[in-house]
Formats: sequence, C-alpha cells, structure tokens
Amino acid sequence: MTHRGSRVLHVSSLSRVEGEGALRLRVEGRTVTEAHLEIYEPPRFFEAFLRGRSYTEPPDITARVCGICPVAYQMSACAAIEDACGVSVDPVIRDLRRLLYCGEWIESQALHIYLLHAPDFLGRASAIELARTHRAEVERGLRLKKAGNSLMEVLGGRAIHPVNVRLGGFHRAPARGELRSLSEELKRALDDAWATVRWVAGFEFPDAHTDAVLLALASPDTYAIESGTPTLLRADGTCGSFPVRDFTERVRESHVPHSTALHSRLDGHLHLTGSLARFAVGGRRLSPVAVQAAIEAGLGDPREGAVCRNPYRSILVRAVEIVYAVGEALRIVEAYEPPERSFVEVPPLAGIGHGATEAPRGILYHRYELAPDGTVTDALLVPPTAQNQGAIEHDLLRLTQRALTDHDPGDEELTALCERAIRNHDPCISCSTHFLDLTVVRTPGGSHA
Amino acid sequence: MSAPTLAVFKLASCDGCQLTLLDCEDELLALAGGVRIAHFLEASSAVEPGPYDLTLVEGSITTPEDAERIRAIRAASRHLVTIGACATAGGIQALRNFADVDEFRRVVYAHPEYISTLATSTPVSAHVDVDFELRGCPIDRRQLLEVITAFLAGRKPDVPNHSVCFECKQRGTVCVTVAHGTPCLGPVTQAGCGALCPAYRRGCFGCFGPSGSVNLPALIPLLRRDGLDEDAVERFLHTFNAAAFDEELRSS
Repeated sequence: MTHRGSRVLHVSSLSRVEGEGALRLRVEGRTVTEAHLEIYEPPRFFEAFLRGRSYTEPPDITARVCGICPVAYQMSACAAIEDACGVSVDPVIRDLRRLLYCGEWIESQALHIYLLHAPDFLGRASAIELARTHRAEVERGLRLKKAGNSLMEVLGGRAIHPVNVRLGGFHRAPARGELRSLSEELKRALDDAWATVRWVAGFEFPDAHTDAVLLALASPDTYAIESGTPTLLRADGTCGSFPVRDFTERVRESHVPHSTALHSRLDGHLHLTGSLARFAVGGRRLSPVAVQAAIEAGLGDPREGAVCRNPYRSILVRAVEIVYAVGEALRIVEAYEPPERSFVEVPPLAGIGHGATEAPRGILYHRYELAPDGTVTDALLVPPTAQNQGAIEHDLLRLTQRALTDHDPGDEELTALCERAIRNHDPCISCSTHFLDLTVVRTPGGSHA
Repeated sequence: MSAPTLAVFKLASCDGCQLTLLDCEDELLALAGGVRIAHFLEASSAVEPGPYDLTLVEGSITTPEDAERIRAIRAASRHLVTIGACATAGGIQALRNFADVDEFRRVVYAHPEYISTLATSTPVSAHVDVDFELRGCPIDRRQLLEVITAFLAGRKPDVPNHSVCFECKQRGTVCVTVAHGTPCLGPVTQAGCGALCPAYRRGCFGCFGPSGSVNLPALIPLLRRDGLDEDAVERFLHTFNAAAFDEELRSS
C-alpha cells in the first residue's frame, strides 16, 4: 500500500501556452477526486464596454481579446454584425477573408507545433533549446510561421491586430501584384508544411482517448474556416448540426468559482472544438493534397471517415491543416482579381446577429444586439478555450488517475504529465487568462492493493 | 562572462506584444544566442529566478495581486522595459476607468462575487519605476529589436516620439484627411507603426498613444468637420490608449 499524507504542491505557471492558468488536483490516497483548470486571467470586460460602441467598431476592438488569433475575432465580429444587418459579402471578398484567415492558421499552427508542442515530444524546455540539436527543423518552423505572417502583413497591414479589416470587407483591396508576390514564399511553405507532417509523424504518442462531443463548423463544399454550420460528432458516432443562431441554446455557459473563463457544455455534455473536431467533422472536405498528408501522417483516410480522438496526436492534425491552409492560400492568391470595391456597404439595422468562425483553436462565436442607429446594446463572445475547458479537465482527471493507479507518480511527474496534456489542447488562455500553478492536495485515502 | 539574462512577464493583456518577440522569425535564434532567456513562459518551461538584466513586461495592472507582483518583478530586474499599450497606458481595459466597474462585473459574469478586480487599469509606471516604455497596440517588431539591442549594448534606444504624420510623409502616403476628409488621429499619435492605417486608406486610430508634442484641442474641430459628432470623437479617442489620450485632453 502506498499513500501519502496530505500535501500541497505548487508549480509556478504553466509554460508554452498562450496565457496563464493554474491547475488544482485533489488526490485522496491514490484516487484523483478533482481536477480543476483554474483560469484567472484578470477580467478585461470586453462584453461590458462593447455596449454603447458603434457597430463598426467590434472588429478592431475584439481583435484585442487575443493577440494570437486577432483575425478570428475580426472575422466572427464581421459575420455576426453583417448577419444582424442582413448583408452578405461578394465572393471575392469572401475569398480575401479566407486568405487572411489562412495566414493566421499557418502562423498559429506553426507556432503551436514548433514553439509550444514539439519540445514535449523531444524532451526539451523550449524551441530555442531544441534548436541546439534540431536547428534545421526549428528554422523550418520559423520560416513556415513567417509565411503566415507575411500573408497577414500584405493583406492585413500587420500580423498582430491587422488594420485592414472592416465591416463588409476590407479598407483597401490588394493589387494583384501584391498578392502574387507571396507565391514564391507560399510554395516554399508548402514544402515546409509537408516536411512538418513527416517530422511530427515520427514522434511517439502515448495512448489517450477523449469521449467528448466534437464540435466544429462544416461547409458543404469546403473545409470550414470563415463560415459554416455548427456540426457535432458524438462518441457513439452519431452526428447532428444546428444553425449558428441556436449556438447559445445548445452551448450553455456557466460561471464556476475557480475560473474567470466561463465553462460551457453542449447539450449538457463535455465538448471539444479545434483541430481534432474539425478533422472529424470536415475531414472529407479537405483538399486532395491535405487528404494525402493526413494519410501520410498516419491519421487514416478522412474521406472514409477517419477520426482522431487521441489529444496527443492533435499535432498531426495541425500539421495537416497547415498543408491545407498553404494550399488554399496559393489557390486564392493565384486566382485573385481585384474587386471593383473592397467592401460592400453595411447600413445599420436594429436586430440580433450571430457569427461563428474557426479560430485555429476552435469555434469562436459572437452575438451582437444592435439599436436602429447601429449602436451595440449587447455583446456576447464565446471563445474556444472556454468551451474546451471542461473536456481538458476531464482529460487531466483520467490521465492522472491512470498514472496514480499504475505507479503512484511524484508531484514532479504529475505536473509534467498535466502540462503536457494541457498543451495538446493548445489552450489560448489569454481569451480568458494566464498562469498555471499546479496545486496537488493529497489526503490519505483508503488502502490500495 | 556569461550572457545577459532576459525575462518576459505578462499582466492583463492579449499576449500580442510578447508574441511580437516570437514573430522575429529571422532574428529569434540569433537573439537567443546573445542572451540567456531566463523567464519567458510563453516560449520556455525552463524558468530561472532573478535578478534579470533586462525584463520586458506586457499588460496593465488590474488586480491587487498584479500590483504586488509588479513590485517583485521590479525588484528582480536591473532594467525594466514595458511593452505595449496595456503596459504603457492601461490598454483597452482602461475603459473601465470611465465606468462603473461593478456594473461591468455584473454584465459579464453570472457570479460577480467570484471576480476580484481593481476599479482601474493602470500602466506599470503608475506602480514602479520603469526604464523605458515601448508603445503600440501591438508594439512594432523593429522597435522591439532596437530596444532590446540598445539595452544590451548599454545605450539609449533610438525610438522617435514624433507623430504618425512624419511616417506618412516618409512613406509617400497621401494624407487621408486632406484628400478624403477621413477622420485621422495621425497628427496626435506617436509614430512607430510605419503609418499603416493611412497606407490602407483609413484614418489612424491611435494604437501608439499620444506623441511627444501634440495639440489635441486643435484636432478635435477637424474631426468634427469630417463628420464625427461629440460621442464619436470621444469613442475615437477612447480605444487602446483611452487613459493616455484622456490625460492629454485634461492637461491641454
């Protein structure tokens, strides 16, 4: 029998995630009774101060919720406000939005793979340390990340908090030559993306399985990025979908004492958004080259319904998504003809609008209520991490319980296990907070054989 | 001699300014060869205790805990540089400074009693001595590299404090106010972004905060002439550097 006295473990700050969080584990004997991911980012009150602003302002303002995925905030805000005003944009503008979003996907997924996640698989503390033994790979990751940033800089003005997005489209449409100038860098990026797929496919993956309902947007003809219908896949293989306007009817948020991020449930169940969910729900609509990448990554053939439920393997799906996003960017860049007008007019209209898009980390839903003159009277933002928090906690509970049942690890090992498991999900805690202190509260429990 | 140590800390913010460091894709590995990154949670799980030769701080002070924390960070830092509009001016979250924060809490949270927050969002310099403030929402990558290399070399950073108008002229961008009557904060906003917004045919919205020598009262009638009513002028000034522009107005 092994059991330890009551003790508390503090591990200061979860690293290599966007934001700060804390984790509190309660262990009684060798049973984990509680795993709380505590998000205590200082509240910034976006939803409160959006009230009273003009309907033209949320795309710039909400970008500041997250420096890692500002385009996602800009796109969900535009989608929701245009929905309220009954406006839809031209296909050229839709393509340009998708292109800007591809830039964010490439940058963000490369950041996650190379700077945040890969060091776990190779036993390093950071990409900088990793560069001592894997210089060429880290340089490749930075090059790939830069290709995403270049795209955002040309089309959006800058990579963080782009300035060119407005309701109805863009302040200025790029000239043909401006976008074409990106072709060479994107072609190089496609090679780098393929090399990334092959590199991460060689990593060793622990066994793990999530039963969470997988929720992602789905589009009829394409892998959903900037629009789509919320579609879910349950653990028993059954599917469902619902209109974006029903989002808050289905995804219910509640406020728990240990977090400044709200917790949510889909129809009362834990759910997960992000790469695993997108691949499960929309994988069959990936481009042929991305399907090939998925097969080569060992994920199976998404056209035949391949689904990945091992959170450690999310790095593979991210790599495949970079192949897809680079291919999409090249397709749009090469077909681009500047539109006559860079935006459509969006006259104000009283009403409620809903918008959801696929941030690199999962579905980002916005809802705005507008007065007749366009003043925002109410705003609601539901970021992916708030949705994923419950499923992440469940994951942690199961993993730590398994470790405790197997071999009763020490606090240091438990911490490493939890940090690694959390990084699998790429939580962007700045949507909500920062800081991971791990607290393990151990109390003597029943005897174990 | 061992390499100087670099630390990066985050308070209330969006992560964008510290991401700017990771966005220096071409320089990151060279920079990492010249310094020892001793504390940078976003990038590394290896964390060393201070003292640090150069500390970069992103984010504003919005909780009693962070007001304490910044004192500890200051004590552990030889040079403390704040980066971004949140750290240098309170950021967008300083909009609470002009509102009832208890009401904000009730609007956003079902259980406002779970939320601990200050009634204000203040810059780091309101709490501790700061050696240099780098402006921007977000900061500019080239300016960040200039500031880091300047501090490591023991010289003063070469970061101008003239207005965005200078950058429009340098870039050859036609003045959006003169040519199109577009409301623009360029004349009163500090340079650093490269005059991005006018180059994308929109008015500057003040990401870098008030520049060194501004005449805000002279600009306001121009904004009114270009179609902004009183509320719109106030909103225009109340974005990412609301507290700094407000102070500028009150002192002018």
